[in-house]
Amino acid sequence: MAVKEKAKIMDAEAIRRALSRIAHEIIEKNHGTKDLLIVGIRRRGVPLAQRLVDRIAEIEEARPAMGILDITLYRDDLTTRSDQPVVHRTEIPGNVRGKKVVLVDDVLYTGRTIRAAMDALMDLGRPQQIQLAVLVDRGHRELPIRADYVGKNVPTSRKEMVELRLNEVDGTEDMVLIVEKN
Amino acid sequence: MGRLNSKDVLALREMSAEEMTLILDTAESMKDIIGREIKKVPTLRGRTVVTLFYEPSTRTRTSFELAGKYMSADTVNLATTTSAVVKGETLRDTAKTLEMMGSDMIIMRHPVSGSCHLLSRVLKCSVINAGDGMHEHPTQGLLDIFTMRQKKGRVEGLKVAVVGDIYHSRVARSNIWGLTRLGAEVTVTGPSTLLPPMVEEMGVKVTSRVEEALEGADVVNVLRLQLERQKGGLFPTIREYSRMFGVNRERLARAKPDVLLMHPGPMNRGVEISSEVADAVYSSINEQVTNGVAIRMAVLFLLLGGGEAA
Repeated sequence: MAVKEKAKIMDAEAIRRALSRIAHEIIEKNHGTKDLLIVGIRRRGVPLAQRLVDRIAEIEEARPAMGILDITLYRDDLTTRSDQPVVHRTEIPGNVRGKKVVLVDDVLYTGRTIRAAMDALMDLGRPQQIQLAVLVDRGHRELPIRADYVGKNVPTSRKEMVELRLNEVDGTEDMVLIVEKN
Repeated sequence: MGRLNSKDVLALREMSAEEMTLILDTAESMKDIIGREIKKVPTLRGRTVVTLFYEPSTRTRTSFELAGKYMSADTVNLATTTSAVVKGETLRDTAKTLEMMGSDMIIMRHPVSGSCHLLSRVLKCSVINAGDGMHEHPTQGLLDIFTMRQKKGRVEGLKVAVVGDIYHSRVARSNIWGLTRLGAEVTVTGPSTLLPPMVEEMGVKVTSRVEEALEGADVVNVLRLQLERQKGGLFPTIREYSRMFGVNRERLARAKPDVLLMHPGPMNRGVEISSEVADAVYSSINEQVTNGVAIRMAVLFLLLGGGEAA
């Protein structure tokens, strides 16, 4: 599939500031870091969750627990995809029971990934609360889901795609791009 | 992204190293699910899996059934002794009937080698070979390799001794094809009457002295003496077999100090394996059972979880 880069909507500095603000908002909303569990959704949610944990630790002098969620087995499109995603491990420290879980993902779009992530999380126990942090909300929801923390709201058309490039994953400078399928 | 190249899992001889590695990697994640409080994921909701066993089995049939249930598939077990099979229905007709009822997968064990290949040609649904005669038992081979990889951290370069009745053993064949393709060094041993002719052609070392096979081994996989298949007087007595080839503490002392001892079960304690070593810390016989469920979950997911097979 040929894609065309249309615009850079966030650069490294903008991403850093957005995450820093979200870190403050998480602390404020949860009155500190007690019972907090930051869970990154594979794949790009994981380095974002790690950065949030690091930032929160700098601000609060207390490091919240971090987990990794693989939602492959909970997807609702497994039977309609022709290629099959590889299952990776879910790594959640301890029990999620009673925890205030903040799910972290890069882009919020249809909401189906978050639906799958909530189901996956619930199967591990009964958290006290689930909150959602995303770097970009691009609209076009297909489920009644909204984010508690948003880095940037970006109106998009369905033909466009929002891509996050991260140093940890892609080896490039951090940026958020809008690309268009031709 | 990964998937298997076929709609069926019939034999490790036909499977590439990449496919095997994909199954082993997927099984790592599946094993975590078995350890959870809620042992269920919704992945295969609405899929139907039938086990069709023409030979008795505890662990293979149960582990396939549990693997299906843990992934939310509907599983049905057909006991051939209470089915139309006793009225003389052919294998092909029985299987076609099950497919027409909406089965997405048939898991079969049958005493005739190659029977699963026959089914795979006449059926559109997936077929898994759960042991066909003296041919292969691919998921057992994979779970053995998975256990070795988990315990030893690698498969390539491992020295594996397979001990016992190689001739009748589908477990041995699947182990040999899988292990050699993944780069392990396999030695087989047993009474010369129970070693298949030309076994060297499968890429293994052969010896009829068990001591020689065990020397410096990282893994010792002891096969069950298949008493039900020993009708031709291929060895004098069970006692003599046990004395010559039984794996016990003295013999195992020749292997590496951190040897991993395996047995596919069910064990004939005191025949091919002594109780003392079977229950020792270096034995992974119980863990093999858990790994069997994980491997079967992985295979079910990879065959049924995606869209149309390529």
